Amino acid sequence: MKNNVITSVKNACAVGESKFLNYASHRCLKPLIRKNGELVEASLDEAIQKSAEILAGASYPILYGWSCTSCEAIRVGLELAEEIGGVIDNTSTICHGPSVLSIQDVGIASCTLGQLRHRADLIIYWGSNPWSAHPRHIDRYTAFSKGRFQPSAWRGYLSRLSATLTKKRLLRAASLVLRRKVSVPPEVDQSPSYALARKERRMIVVDVRRTRSAELADYFLRVEPNKDYELLQALRMLIRDEELDVDEVAGVPVAVLEEIADIMIGCELGVIFFGVGLTMSQGKLRNVDAALSLVRDLNQRTKFLIMPMRGHFNVTGADMVFTWQTGFPYAVDFSHGYPRYNPGETSLIDILCRGEADAGLVVASDPVAHFPREAVQNLVNNPLIVIDPHVSATSLMADVVIPSAFVGIETEGTAYRMDHVPLPLKKVVEPPDGCLPDTVILQRILRQVRKLRRREGEGN
Amino acid sequence: MPKLKVSLLTGRTLSQGQGKEYGKLSEEYWKSVTVCEIDPEDMKRLKIKEGNNVKLTTSFGSTVLRAVKSMRAPHPGIVFIPYGPWANLLVNAGTHGTGMPSFKGLSAEIEPALGEKVLSLQGLMKKHYKRE
Repeated sequence: MKNNVITSVKNACAVGESKFLNYASHRCLKPLIRKNGELVEASLDEAIQKSAEILAGASYPILYGWSCTSCEAIRVGLELAEEIGGVIDNTSTICHGPSVLSIQDVGIASCTLGQLRHRADLIIYWGSNPWSAHPRHIDRYTAFSKGRFQPSAWRGYLSRLSATLTKKRLLRAASLVLRRKVSVPPEVDQSPSYALARKERRMIVVDVRRTRSAELADYFLRVEPNKDYELLQALRMLIRDEELDVDEVAGVPVAVLEEIADIMIGCELGVIFFGVGLTMSQGKLRNVDAALSLVRDLNQRTKFLIMPMRGHFNVTGADMVFTWQTGFPYAVDFSHGYPRYNPGETSLIDILCRGEADAGLVVASDPVAHFPREAVQNLVNNPLIVIDPHVSATSLMADVVIPSAFVGIETEGTAYRMDHVPLPLKKVVEPPDGCLPDTVILQRILRQVRKLRRREGEGN
Repeated sequence: MPKLKVSLLTGRTLSQGQGKEYGKLSEEYWKSVTVCEIDPEDMKRLKIKEGNNVKLTTSFGSTVLRAVKSMRAPHPGIVFIPYGPWANLLVNAGTHGTGMPSFKGLSAEIEPALGEKVLSLQGLMKKHYKRE
């Protein structure tokens, strides 16, 4: 820290580091209002008044985002949604929404990350790429972490890596000497039982493509796109000692699956971390159903747990606050005056694709960059209010832009880790002048909306 | 013009994760999300080299991106694009009653687009989401 500026970051992952070092660039520092098709500077009071007018005047407004702000701000957002009779949804809807639906159907055997750090000896990442999306997950909580009862597998990985590099170097040298391309057939048995024979903790990656995480793993299982459901159900059958009448499932030979099933049954404590590879491909919640049921079946034979790899820093918090306030984790519709929940009907993508919403409020999110085109088209056709510290694709399309302070950098708040552990976030630097926390901005909009509605009631 | 039918995956990459923290209007973000990772053998079939532009088309839309040789081949018939506004022009908004669009495993067609440019974020928004 030097003169209220962050100069270097310690212990953060690559994504966290770029967040802390670049929070001040591409900032929106003044409230903006669209006038004659152009966004022009306005006072904060004006922007709040305009936002309140849009929201109070709408008959089916949507309130979206929430996963990159504090639980305190989400609470005010829910109060606002109830007041205006809108639909409030968080980024789970295009992330682990199907997982939530599936957990409600099947149930989940889960735990906190600390348990896994100390005890898990078989770690499976299914349809997730922690090296890219959760860069410190593997070394803080799973294979490369040093647990009380489980040593780190880091050394094993290093020796594997140096063996591969040496082999590559020797091949390159041989090619140079012999002046022709030299390749040797793989010397070691590629079957899972060979790769996973070690006593220390082992890591398996199941994915449709070979990712960086797959290279860190002891064994990589490639599944054909959209075939996760078949593979999970085949594993369930093998774990229940049933026979498969086919030679391969989802591109994986049954003999390999039998070995994987044996390894799963033989572990002391196993865990499956599943990513959006399951929720975003064909089958969606049914893929997660199969994964949760696989873990349920495994618990008849050994101890197994499962956890979704949540994305945004407070998406779990958004689900939690939604649930304790309304009874439902996302896609909550207040248009009847009481909370209704029916993903597929009250979820944001469906509402936008049906063209039902007539105004929008986006908090700390960028749906224009992350929604399918059809949904974005409908979002930007209606009055749109954006509360965000950064200039984003959504804020460029908005009618009202209110700059806010970064939670965890310029203002404090509470966020939930992916394993439902609430963590207090600290304020590190002072926010720029005029940038208020999301909580304060939302409270002021709510107050203004209530004032307008009261006036409207008196007028009638 | 050679064309290939491929399975399209969209997903997170580390540089996309970092790029979005630099800012959505930053050069880093643009560079990280306007790429399409293709199997080297498929690139030969398409007669393109790394850095050439390719056009991807699905039944939901089409977009032009820069071709990048996949580091982790072989995966013939599978192409990968990082999450972002460019990838979202191609994905299926239908949710099958779950609230969740399909972002992975879409059937797409890929062809060289040497004369066409990759749009900037503002250019893309102006072209596709212009308010009426």
